[in-house]
Amino acid sequence: MSLAASPARPRRAVPGAALLREVVRRPNGLLGLSIVVCLLVVVVFAPLLAPYDPSAQAIPDRLEGPSLHHLLGTDELGRDLFSRLIYGTRIALAVAVPAVLGAMICGFVLGLAAGYISGWVDSALIVVMDTLQAFPAVVLALALLTVLGASLRNVIIVIVVSFAPSYGRVVRALVLSTKENPFIEAERALGASTLRIVGMHIVPNIVAPMFILLAMDIPSAITVEAGLSFLGVGVQPPTPSWGLILSEGFDRVRDTPWPVIGAGLALMITTLGFTMLGETLRDVFDPRLSRLGRWGRR
Amino acid sequence: MTGSQPLLDVRQLEVAYHVRGRSLLALRGVEFDIAAGEIFGVVGESGCGKSTLSAALIGLLPANGEITSGSIRLDGRELRGLGRRELRQLRGGQIAMVFQDPLTSLNPTIRIGTQLLDVQRAHLGGQRRRGDLRRRAVEMLTQVGIPDASERFGDYPHQFSGGMRQRIVIAMALLLRPSLLIADEPTSALDATLEAQMIELFKQLRHDFGTAIVFISHDLTVVSQVCDRMMVMYAGQAVEEGDVQSVFREPLHPYTKALLAAVPSRNQRGERLATIPGRVPSLSAPSDGCAFADRCTFVQPVNREREPHYVAWNGRRVRCNIYDPTSGYQSPPRREDVS
Amino acid sequence: MSTSDGGHPLVRLRNVHTRFGAVRAVDGVDLDIRRGEILGLVGESGSGKTTLGRTILRLAPLTSGRIEYDGQDLSDLNRRQLRRLRRRLQIVFQDPHSSLSPRLKVSYLLKEPYTINKVPDDERYTAAELLDMVELSSEQAAKYPHELSGGQARRVGIARALALRPEFLIADEPTAGLDVSAAGAILNLLNDLAGQLRLTYLIITHNVNVVGYLADRIAVMYLGRLAEVGPTASVLDAPAHPYTQALLSAVPQPGEAGTTRRLLIAGEIPSPKNPPPGCRFHTRCPYAEDRSRTEMPELQPVAPGHTVACHYWQKVRDASAVSPAAEKTQGGGGCIPPIDHSSYESPKEDR
Repeated sequence: MSLAASPARPRRAVPGAALLREVVRRPNGLLGLSIVVCLLVVVVFAPLLAPYDPSAQAIPDRLEGPSLHHLLGTDELGRDLFSRLIYGTRIALAVAVPAVLGAMICGFVLGLAAGYISGWVDSALIVVMDTLQAFPAVVLALALLTVLGASLRNVIIVIVVSFAPSYGRVVRALVLSTKENPFIEAERALGASTLRIVGMHIVPNIVAPMFILLAMDIPSAITVEAGLSFLGVGVQPPTPSWGLILSEGFDRVRDTPWPVIGAGLALMITTLGFTMLGETLRDVFDPRLSRLGRWGRR
Repeated sequence: MTGSQPLLDVRQLEVAYHVRGRSLLALRGVEFDIAAGEIFGVVGESGCGKSTLSAALIGLLPANGEITSGSIRLDGRELRGLGRRELRQLRGGQIAMVFQDPLTSLNPTIRIGTQLLDVQRAHLGGQRRRGDLRRRAVEMLTQVGIPDASERFGDYPHQFSGGMRQRIVIAMALLLRPSLLIADEPTSALDATLEAQMIELFKQLRHDFGTAIVFISHDLTVVSQVCDRMMVMYAGQAVEEGDVQSVFREPLHPYTKALLAAVPSRNQRGERLATIPGRVPSLSAPSDGCAFADRCTFVQPVNREREPHYVAWNGRRVRCNIYDPTSGYQSPPRREDVS
Repeated sequence: MSTSDGGHPLVRLRNVHTRFGAVRAVDGVDLDIRRGEILGLVGESGSGKTTLGRTILRLAPLTSGRIEYDGQDLSDLNRRQLRRLRRRLQIVFQDPHSSLSPRLKVSYLLKEPYTINKVPDDERYTAAELLDMVELSSEQAAKYPHELSGGQARRVGIARALALRPEFLIADEPTAGLDVSAAGAILNLLNDLAGQLRLTYLIITHNVNVVGYLADRIAVMYLGRLAEVGPTASVLDAPAHPYTQALLSAVPQPGEAGTTRRLLIAGEIPSPKNPPPGCRFHTRCPYAEDRSRTEMPELQPVAPGHTVACHYWQKVRDASAVSPAAEKTQGGGGCIPPIDHSSYESPKEDR
């Protein structure tokens, strides 16, 4: 089901074209969308855009500043910074998107169960979610990665585990409030089964906010991955994660500041783009949600 | 209208909402006046513009709303164009408003006593001592029928029932003895017996304080019980005005007739209720000619071309070509109902 | 309209109690609904009338008591039997828009009752047929609920309820939230359908005018119990319960000269969590005496088919018979002049 089909507030059923128009109409939305589209282009066409293989080392050329051969210079192993940053986009999104999607699905299932079944199931799940959320994310991440070992796959798992509880809580709240609506009782009066009620009448009405949260969480996930990689417990070299580029660049910042600047800018622009897009989506669908603020759920 | 100046004088009021670059007229050429101490009813169904009217009177139109033309005079003073600070002083002090839903009109986290004191402090400033303000508030609560007002002064809104909350809201509105009270559907959320109590309360308050009241409602029977004069609105315009007795006995405008005929009662058992087919015209597609033409029993071709003027008729006013000799409407009308 | 069916009533309630924790929403109701009649259940908020309707449909739990439909005890049934029975009893909910699933088109919403209940094709109405029954054009089928007006949404709700060809329909506040003109049209529709489809109705409302117009019999409910039950004319002309009296006088009819002195009852309805002992109404009743505080009145007959739960109903009836002299007060609130219905005729209906 695409974004186009189902807004949260029925009053504004927004099919695809109208949705696009609404987003583009707002300056933040336009900018955010442009950035995200550019990032997607970079991800898809990375081999074409990057002048060098990101892992190609050339020790004699190491730690150079920007030049005709290397747009942003090279890092300490002579690898072209520009190419590494471009491939870094792939890493960032390859971690963030599956991770956030995974968190959303897990959280969705848990929240649905908690909200609809209620009773002891609800209480049990709340305890689980609360416990997970009680840990500072970094501590939780470090603990898990120590146990699991540092790798791209494990970073995804860690992000799923730490983001899922907040999705769970949001879904649970939405289910609880949707459950109270008269149309649910109307369906029961017609003899509808629980499965039908949940599948046809509850889920479609709570899916839309999920997409908004997704858009807003992707930059967070990217940042988490970058941070973990920066600390050395995330993606391992030579994979060109922006966080790794940052950390390697940090050590050599006096020789060339460009890795730090480049990776920093990349992170900043990506985060900004997704956040602006996400907030615009939120405003388009339901201006009331904007009261929650950017960090509303945490 | 007496010889002396009316308390509220509205002339040719026009209000527009700016939506997506277009201007939609929500009120067109609305005119009426209210004498001091009079209870004036505004009746209409959804979409007629009565909420816009109440917002315009108290200066609380939303950000995209604007009074594009006309004038509102309170006690001779022009309200249109007043600055925000002046409007704020006016509100509560000379004009007060009561809304439909008492649940949301009171801040649930603040004790009612505090809210009552706040209202006074905002307007009277440091002029009075707290003890005086409290006494005034308690007196007001008692007057609107809250038992044990002094003991309950420190209670929170949720500790009162719906009917009581509505009374508290009215008390808050009248604390500073405004000369005009705007009541927007004040009884619509209340049950019949509570509504009856509230109607008596309004009449008693008018008697005790001489406040003029604009009573907005979609319910004709309520208006007939509490108002002296009334105005019927349709599609952003005033279509009929007069004293309540006359309007009920002899409705002039076809819409008023239809409204009155559509109220169900046991007297009509077994008969079909009169209905008004069609829908209210949308703001974005105003018609030439009479806005009611598509739904009117008495429509003639002239009504689709000529917009009716608001004309006087036997001490009342009506916006309908039937009653305007210059309109070209073929008189006499099809039925002898102008008797 | 009221056909007395020689056998049992269609719906029979005996000592029905519905409690939600401490809240005694329905606290001992005995009521019969006869086949083919329109029964109006009148009460204000807190009376328990909506809960009673939902309890009959098993949407609210029956704490104790007995509900029989067509002779069958509803509490005996298992899930499958209940589902089959549900097809014969349907409900139209109060809020027209929020009782329709917002994400689904009208055409699907009209088909859904059949899908849920696995109704064979030859027993189904098409969406067009259902819309036609409620006087909507077939164009409405492609719309979403939020695209419909209040009146249209309510009609769709009625169409959905009719899809399974029920015999018994509960209408919860059929005119709430509707403008006067739309409300009249819905009442006309309900009347027509009752005749065409031979339906039995339970109309739940706080609006005395609606029951006065539609209902054959009226049951007045207060704080979980029935105050008075009887034929419409009898109850409206000569109410025997003080609450009914007050309710009627709070809504004066146009043309009734005697209603200028309204019988206001003081105070508000007590909480259902803590109903007053003895007669529920005694805290607000002008006729209350000691017996009212200690002894709960039961329904007793006052006229053919007309019962009341009041110790002092004779006094009440005497008072309503003696119409208060027409003290016409001047100014606002005077007598409402009679409305001349012959002066207005609806233009031809346009779907």
